[in-house]
Amino acid sequence: MYVLIAGGGKVGANVTRSLLRQNHEVTIIEQRSERFHVLEEEFDYRVQRGDATELHVLERAGIGRPPDLVLAVTGDDEDNIVICEIAQKRYLAPKVIARVNDPRNQTHFDLLGVAPTVCATSSIMALIEHEVPESDIIRLLQLRDDELEIVEVPIGADSPSSGKRIEQLKMPDGTRVISVAREGRSEIATGSTKLAPGDRVLAILQPGCEAELRRVLLKH
Amino acid sequence: MKAIIIGCGRTGSSVARHLHDAAWEVVVVDEDEEALSNLGARWPGRFIVGHGLDIDVLVESGAESADAVVVSTDGDNTNIVIGLIAQRRFHVERVVVRVLDPARAAFFAERGLHTVCPTSIAIGALTEAALVSETVSTEGASI
Repeated sequence: MYVLIAGGGKVGANVTRSLLRQNHEVTIIEQRSERFHVLEEEFDYRVQRGDATELHVLERAGIGRPPDLVLAVTGDDEDNIVICEIAQKRYLAPKVIARVNDPRNQTHFDLLGVAPTVCATSSIMALIEHEVPESDIIRLLQLRDDELEIVEVPIGADSPSSGKRIEQLKMPDGTRVISVAREGRSEIATGSTKLAPGDRVLAILQPGCEAELRRVLLKH
Repeated sequence: MKAIIIGCGRTGSSVARHLHDAAWEVVVVDEDEEALSNLGARWPGRFIVGHGLDIDVLVESGAESADAVVVSTDGDNTNIVIGLIAQRRFHVERVVVRVLDPARAAFFAERGLHTVCPTSIAIGALTEAALVSETVSTEGASI
């Protein structure tokens, strides 16, 4: 496939190298002169110099074909948003991936429909949560190949989910309630299952969703 | 009427002054607290130090009830993104954004963002001025 990469920092350069090794066609755009020359040494004609938010620079790099995938991985979130907007809406690029530098800007990417996004800080925070979980969620089983895990969550009297039916809870994406154990008996959870203090909820989730699950089930 | 001016450089500060003179309630936002001096000796309106992409700053400046938002920081893409957020998140009716690059200004204008491009305005004015002087000199020659 043809991939256009905006931003030739560490991320852009490493992704370029990896994609070339997989025999994909890549063009990478870098604005800073010094960095451009370093990249040119390695990637030769595949590097274009310029501001990737300027239409003529994007056109010179082949955005008009359009590329199968556009990666906006500059160190500036506004630039990444604008690159994706232009790529998707003007040149009808079928897929974009954007880098979020400051996790506080995630909401802007979401609002403007720029997706999917990758944020190193958020990923590390999710891993911290995963590796050093707060003790209220008990990890029972890790399905490593499926990248899923099963956890047990004890519902307390002050949990926001207590007294609510499961269909009333806004369960986060990537999580599902499997069953509810109460007084030694377990029941498969349905939308109408009502949670009560003392319940032990069994849930399946994707790694990194613990914080969201905790927020919905346990914390106000 | 309430306006928020984001970016208090030469342009933003003057727009703020003009709107204030027109009896508007004006809030000015800039990252740099020293930009306040661009508003003159006694600025009677509010001045908030912060980034225009910061939702808390936008809320504090009254984006939820603003009649107009004028975005004029020194970054085209920053202005565009702030403008889109003011429109889509805060539903401000009149959002005007300064974009120096004519191509980007035209593209985002097509997408429904009110952009003002000083470069295009200068190109138009300079070209027109040159053409007018050409007409004048031709007319002069024919007399």
